[in-house]
Amino acid sequence: MVGMTAPGVAPATAPDIDATPDIDEVPDPDRPWVTIVWNDPVNLMSYVTWVFQKLFGYSKDKAEKLMLDVHHKGKAVVTSGARERMEHDASRLHAYGLWATVDRS
Amino acid sequence: MSLFRRHGDTCVARFAGDEVAVLRQVSTEVIGLLTDGFDRADPVVERLFPDAYRDDREQADEFRKYTEGDLKTSKIDQAGAILAALPSSGGAVVRLDPEGAEAWLRALNDARLALGIRLGVEDDTDLLEELDEAVMRDPTSARVRQLTMYQYLGVLQESLLEAIVG
Repeated sequence: MVGMTAPGVAPATAPDIDATPDIDEVPDPDRPWVTIVWNDPVNLMSYVTWVFQKLFGYSKDKAEKLMLDVHHKGKAVVTSGARERMEHDASRLHAYGLWATVDRS
Repeated sequence: MSLFRRHGDTCVARFAGDEVAVLRQVSTEVIGLLTDGFDRADPVVERLFPDAYRDDREQADEFRKYTEGDLKTSKIDQAGAILAALPSSGGAVVRLDPEGAEAWLRALNDARLALGIRLGVEDDTDLLEELDEAVMRDPTSARVRQLTMYQYLGVLQESLLEAIVG
């Protein structure tokens, strides 16, 4: 992601395409799936924050924290729950141009 | 360079003729990619329609089967919202209601994704440096024009987002 007002504030981490989900943890049966957003070099940081607020009703603080996680760590879990719900979230994120995937938590 | 400002519930920008031409061009190109030119092997299409499952081809294809049509339609519609608000040539004042403003915001994002991939933009890309180098090589090149467009669309998108948030 990029910021138009303060570009290059921190080094961005390229997503590790070989990364696999952490399967050592016991999955929570109530929240077995997650939606993950991956970093990309084009989307504006302000836009990604706004999308998280708009789609998930998150506070500005929470949305900003998730955006920064995506930016610095290369990805972040943005929602968790039933698989169908996560697929719905991923498709909505795709409609806003974010790079989202679905995975087991 | 024109920017969006908020007036009441409306986002307003006054575009010069060359800006109208750029906005029409990128929107038309996006629509082309999503209609007759649709090719899943195109890196731009891969980015606009990413696999929802990274390690499961079958699930990714299944997801695509159920979502691709709607996603394509919404992206065509939002690019069409840019074209619908602009004259075929010359400058224009554009006034967007909240729905129109969001369509423009999303369409500008799609256009930037498409251009960014064509230009090979990466996390550590310094756009101004790229532009300097491209100008030194050939100031009339397509790359100079595309880098300038990409930079412009980023500033315009940011101004529209600021106007929407208020």
